[in-house]
Amino acid sequence: MSEVFVTALLELADDHLVLGHRLSEWCGHAPMLEEDLALPNMALDLIGAARGLYAYAGSIEGNGRGEDDLAYLRGEREYLNCLLVERENGDFAQTMLRQLYFAGFMEPYWQAAMASRDETLRGIAAKAVKEVAYHIRHAAEWVVRLGDGTEESARHMAEAVEELHRFTDELFLSSPAAAAAEAAGLLPARAEMRGAWEATLRAVFAEARLDWPDAVWPQKGGREGAHGEGLGHLLAEMQSLHRAHPGAVW
Amino acid sequence: MYSQGLIGADGRTKEDAAFLAAFQARIDAEEKIEPKDAMPEGYRRTLIRQIGQHAHSEIVGMLPEGNWITRAPSLRRKAALLAKVQDEGGHGLYLYSAAETLGVSREEMTEELLSGKAKYSSIFNYPTLSWADIGIVGWLVDGAAIMNQIPLCRCSYGPYARAMIRVCKEESFHQRQGYEIVMTLARGTEAQKAMAQDALNRWWWPSIMMFGPHDSESAHSEQSMAWKIKRFSNDALRQKFIDATVPQAEFLGLTVPDPDMVWDEGLNDGKGGYRHGPIDWDEFWRVVKGGGVMNRDRIKARKKAWDEGAWVREAARAHAAKRAARKMAAE
Repeated sequence: MSEVFVTALLELADDHLVLGHRLSEWCGHAPMLEEDLALPNMALDLIGAARGLYAYAGSIEGNGRGEDDLAYLRGEREYLNCLLVERENGDFAQTMLRQLYFAGFMEPYWQAAMASRDETLRGIAAKAVKEVAYHIRHAAEWVVRLGDGTEESARHMAEAVEELHRFTDELFLSSPAAAAAEAAGLLPARAEMRGAWEATLRAVFAEARLDWPDAVWPQKGGREGAHGEGLGHLLAEMQSLHRAHPGAVW
Repeated sequence: MYSQGLIGADGRTKEDAAFLAAFQARIDAEEKIEPKDAMPEGYRRTLIRQIGQHAHSEIVGMLPEGNWITRAPSLRRKAALLAKVQDEGGHGLYLYSAAETLGVSREEMTEELLSGKAKYSSIFNYPTLSWADIGIVGWLVDGAAIMNQIPLCRCSYGPYARAMIRVCKEESFHQRQGYEIVMTLARGTEAQKAMAQDALNRWWWPSIMMFGPHDSESAHSEQSMAWKIKRFSNDALRQKFIDATVPQAEFLGLTVPDPDMVWDEGLNDGKGGYRHGPIDWDEFWRVVKGGGVMNRDRIKARKKAWDEGAWVREAARAHAAKRAARKMAAE
């Protein structure tokens, strides 16, 4: 069990780190100063959750790998995040919609994880569930403002839906490792989050005057390390300094 | 907002000798001047210029450090740097708010920054070339900023003084964090030590230039001192910074890149201090006037964020107006 639990924890950790990293790319470049503060806030929550998950996965694994070994010394084929979180920031509409899609999933997921058989995971979930509620609120407010703002912003928002909706199905898919951890009562079942996710998203879409799309070609592969081309660049940048100085302490 | 603080402060105040003397008496009595108080137009303009520049410095200052967020070498450092850069944005926000109490809007100040009319601290026109720069910027640049800013906590203008109290608390945390980054490098591998020394070599002189020209050359100093906007001279603060920093560098085993620096018993009223070598003021003025390697890039980056965010800000305004109209219609 411990090996599959480690893999399942890495999937979650990678989701959080990669999305946190993407949000951090905005820092200093946001459309307004308030967002230069809000985006790093969310990034810090996500990176914080990733650190807890990596550290825990490393401790269960028992091979002496710590959070930085897991974050900085695995390549793109070893990263197990879902495709949604690695998507490039695009414009502000895409960034906010990506956040809403992910947070809309993680909120019921962390709620359910508070009943995990695993005490450490319950602790991580209890912290994350409060943070993700804010992420939903913040992202939803922007999706509504942009969807029901100007003609131009509505066009950006509609493009964001077209761009990103195809990556949402993968949120509900459990890898074999995750499925085993779910069956053992360690993690919530991903498929069970669909109802809550869709209720959240449909309510926001209605208020934002956005059409609910059909995901004609749902995309998946992240959990097997089959990513888009963007992740390799993200990791190349993120890991460059750490890898250039093997064994150094920072 | 724009209308705030205009009462008695919009230039309609008749600045006769009695008014100016009464104002100076309040300053001399260490009373705080508040937004609604009558104040000389020159006082108001000086503060708008200074607080605006300070706010812009925080905002532009996010860029050189932001340059390493995506490459920070550990998750702990990544989170700390992200939080630090976020703090700088927060400082910008309080400072813009403090300036708004004097009757200028954040939008106007932003336009002045982007058009080049308003200045920001010239230090941010230097590039961050290695991770060690992140430590050195925290240690030296934030350290120099604190030396400049602690006296501002007692500035005669209330909103600025109060904003600075919070800013200084956070900056002193940043400075310790920066020093700790450099210490880790100085105690690390040979490559890390070399990285730290290289960063110190590049940032030392720009940091001591942050205190501005020598007192004899400083254009705004005298009146600002009388108004208690400024309380110590540029040279006095620079000396204080050097005296505090040189022993810190020695402790780390790093060399301050000033071959002429000597301990001089006669400095600081006979208490002794480090006498620095000649400062290259030509470089200082070149970078202040736009000739630094990053001047154009910094403004270009700010302009890009502002221009590309225009439709977002416009949508937020349009949505708020729609909501208000719907609420009115429903009532």
